[in-house]
Amino acid sequence: MKYLSEYRDANLVDALLRKIKRTVTRQWNIMEVCGGQTHGLVRHGILEMLPEKVQMIHGPGCPVCVTPVSLIDKAVELCLHQNVILCSYGDMLRVPGTEMSLQQARAKGGDVKILYSPLEAVEIARKNPRREVVFFAVGFETTAPANALSVVRAKQLQLSNYSILSAHVLVPPAMEAIMNDEETQVSGFLAAGHVCTVMGLREYEPLVEKWKVPVVVTGFEPVDLLEGILMVVTQLEKGEYRLENQYKRVVNSDGNRSAVGLIGQVFEYRERDWRGIGEIPSSGLFVKDEFRDFDAMAKYQLTVRPDQTDTECLSGDVMKGKIKPPECPHFGETCTPEHPLGAPMVSSEGACAAYYQYSMKS
Amino acid sequence: MNKKPHFPGNCPASLLDFDTITLGHGGGGKLTQQLLNSGVFTLLDNEWLQEQGDAAVINVKEKMAFSTDSFVVSPIIFPGGTIGDLAVNGTVNDLAVSGALPEFLSLSFILEEGLNMEHFWAILLSIREACATAGVHVITGDTKVVERGKGDQIFINTTGLGRVHQKADLGMQRICAGDAVILSGPLARHGIAIMSKREGLEFETKLESDTRPLHEICQKLIGTLGSSIRLMRDPTRGGVATVLHEIARQTKLGVDLFEKNLPIEDEVGGACEMLGLDPLFVANEGLFVAVVESDQAGHCLQIIQEWEHGKNAAIIGAITEEHARNVVLNSTIGGRRVLPQTSGELLPRIC
Repeated sequence: MKYLSEYRDANLVDALLRKIKRTVTRQWNIMEVCGGQTHGLVRHGILEMLPEKVQMIHGPGCPVCVTPVSLIDKAVELCLHQNVILCSYGDMLRVPGTEMSLQQARAKGGDVKILYSPLEAVEIARKNPRREVVFFAVGFETTAPANALSVVRAKQLQLSNYSILSAHVLVPPAMEAIMNDEETQVSGFLAAGHVCTVMGLREYEPLVEKWKVPVVVTGFEPVDLLEGILMVVTQLEKGEYRLENQYKRVVNSDGNRSAVGLIGQVFEYRERDWRGIGEIPSSGLFVKDEFRDFDAMAKYQLTVRPDQTDTECLSGDVMKGKIKPPECPHFGETCTPEHPLGAPMVSSEGACAAYYQYSMKS
Repeated sequence: MNKKPHFPGNCPASLLDFDTITLGHGGGGKLTQQLLNSGVFTLLDNEWLQEQGDAAVINVKEKMAFSTDSFVVSPIIFPGGTIGDLAVNGTVNDLAVSGALPEFLSLSFILEEGLNMEHFWAILLSIREACATAGVHVITGDTKVVERGKGDQIFINTTGLGRVHQKADLGMQRICAGDAVILSGPLARHGIAIMSKREGLEFETKLESDTRPLHEICQKLIGTLGSSIRLMRDPTRGGVATVLHEIARQTKLGVDLFEKNLPIEDEVGGACEMLGLDPLFVANEGLFVAVVESDQAGHCLQIIQEWEHGKNAAIIGAITEEHARNVVLNSTIGGRRVLPQTSGELLPRIC
């Protein structure tokens, strides 16, 4: 398959692995920020192929995992008690809320639809003028432009029955929070390629300078991932720190200006609570006042309290890279995909789910 | 086999004073008779249906295979098929991979009030054609109608009976370390064809479902290779991965899967990438997995590849004593990882 098979080429992978092995002389901990990259590393068996001196730490880049429980509870409440058609990306369905997940809410009669695009939700709202439609707008900078566009489109169509429940979070503040943690073990980052496709490169420069940490914007295929790792390791071994772009075929330094413009048109930056991690300044996207008619929080007068739950779940430590999932005492015991304590065990991009599903049964 | 029915036009709606199914069609009275006589009995006519008894009576002297399945697919008419031929082929294939030659089917409908007669007619026609292709007779059946909102247009149950080939000796207990795992064709086609038409997911593709009967090729393999064929399964819901997990779990052996050998069409692979789905977990219809004694794997592959739908068949794996109870995928790039089990509904990824 064009643009795919060449990035899964066994010979190229082998050559990159040999280069990494030749380059590395000491222990390095590299964080891949994005859950899509974690998925790629696991799906292709790359973690097992890397030399022991290169340890990958799985970052907080799974938007589903960091969505606060209280927001999931709001989504459940909207579809069960407010006669709302709740539209969501598929990943959110299994994530546990305080009492139930959206999947369980659907089984109890909630009208939950899995969509690939928020514009489909706008279409559902247009076709069902007597029903309220809410799109659960989850994701990083990648999904934010489309979700913003849905609000703009709904306003153009003068729809009064469409709104979004924004759970959007931003990557650079999370990377900052990880570096700010005294116990952090991260020596270099693979930054999330698709986030940078939208946002460009520049917002990572201050991070590199402040923390003197290599950041390489990286893609998702095996050749991308290994090339990104090689670039980080090469910098680290030389004692250098720079912002580099491995994913040049997709990412340019300015990003996608019209997408960034849409985000700025609809959303503003505010402090956001991250499940398992806590509050991070300027890390969330909230619907601006001029679009408040399309903001489910305002429309249904919802308030979000800081999470009180997850006391047993160590997902924060996992997402900050302090522990690997199997080091959590609950892993595979009291926490499984069927009975999760936290989101990383059920999201397909969650690190705990990846380790659980891909580990051997005895 | 492809003869058109003897109705003016293609749909009995023109002859009848209704164009949708109503609750009365399930009431057992005049409307039910009208529906059956003008449609089902005429189309599927055979000596057993003509009896119109409470049960069909048949003579059985040999070892038989018996299987049942229910079909709830949405949409009910999709590229390459309908819920009707799926219901016939589904049960036919459960018998076929059990080493049996399918002979008789039961056919039960649960119809939702308001079902469009033209759709029902199209489904009946596809059932007739699928039965003719598979050489099976529908000898008993039932029709019920539920209120609007209590069903999803149409649900079908079929139960099948077939004669088991004398040389068939199939079963999980016959699988040994060293056996080869063969897949009869490219995977994930049916699931992706269905998804391409599902509300909210529509995308442009010419892909059609691969629904088809497998009895001829399965009978031929058993006739030629006899007990060297250890097991056959059709990897429908849950996909090829689920069949491999069943093998690993029940035999307490390991399965090595070779990603680079997996036959997959470009369009299916592309759609899976786009939708964030692993083709190993996507449903198939006209496909089977065979576990074969290693000495005969080449011969088996050759026979399947000579079949009109088997040219992309491949040896996709091997049974091993290592990593017992686990399916290990050897990735295209040389990595190894455990193939996970699905924990329920197939959900697309966010990005």
